[in-house]
Amino acid sequence: MNSVSIQADPLDPNHEVDLLRGNDPSIGAVVTFIGLMRDINEGDRVEGLYLEHYPGMTERALQKIVDEANNRWEIQHCRVVHRVGALSPTEPIVLVAVASRHRKEAFLACEFIIDYLKTKAPFWKKETTAEGERWVDARESDDTATLQWQKDD
Amino acid sequence: MIQILFFARFREELGVASEQLELDGLSSIGDLLEALCGRGDAWARLFAEDQRVMMAVNQELADRNTILKAGDEVAFFPPVTGG
Repeated sequence: MNSVSIQADPLDPNHEVDLLRGNDPSIGAVVTFIGLMRDINEGDRVEGLYLEHYPGMTERALQKIVDEANNRWEIQHCRVVHRVGALSPTEPIVLVAVASRHRKEAFLACEFIIDYLKTKAPFWKKETTAEGERWVDARESDDTATLQWQKDD
Repeated sequence: MIQILFFARFREELGVASEQLELDGLSSIGDLLEALCGRGDAWARLFAEDQRVMMAVNQELADRNTILKAGDEVAFFPPVTGG
């Protein structure tokens, strides 16, 4: 089962993993990625973050990414939760959790999902520093990470 | 008529979140971008050909070649930075 959520409320990774696992005895591995809010970016102290998104498209884009992960690997369950709105340093921004029979598929699917999310899901970060607010620039390394998953047609 | 949405830095710099526009001969996203560019000022700067612009049609990622039709929801936004 796949599910994606966009929420303004804080996210509790342990709770999400419990929900993902349920009582399914066929799961042999759970791999999670938790993206956290850092207090430093581009050498500046960051006091807060605001996450904007494109309601409607965001959910569709995430669903498409987890569906693609399911096509590529044998995984049992998959859950993606992403925060929007105002965040403070140390708070989780995103959780990707994948459950499978064996660890390899869960590791690969989890990394694939976060790499794709970073370049294809419509979220934008605006950070607050001592100098004021600024939009965060996209990183080239994220594009490179996405490219490595593209199949040769 | 199409609906155009702008997000994040684009919305702020253009001072507009959405607008309705008659297609009036615009057949692709590329045509639309050219028309927006022709408005000058921030429009010309943000939508110049060398700028990184992401786009979506009906909430699916699109590119300059994507064909437009009446009733489409088109969105323009800077490269995404979630996760």
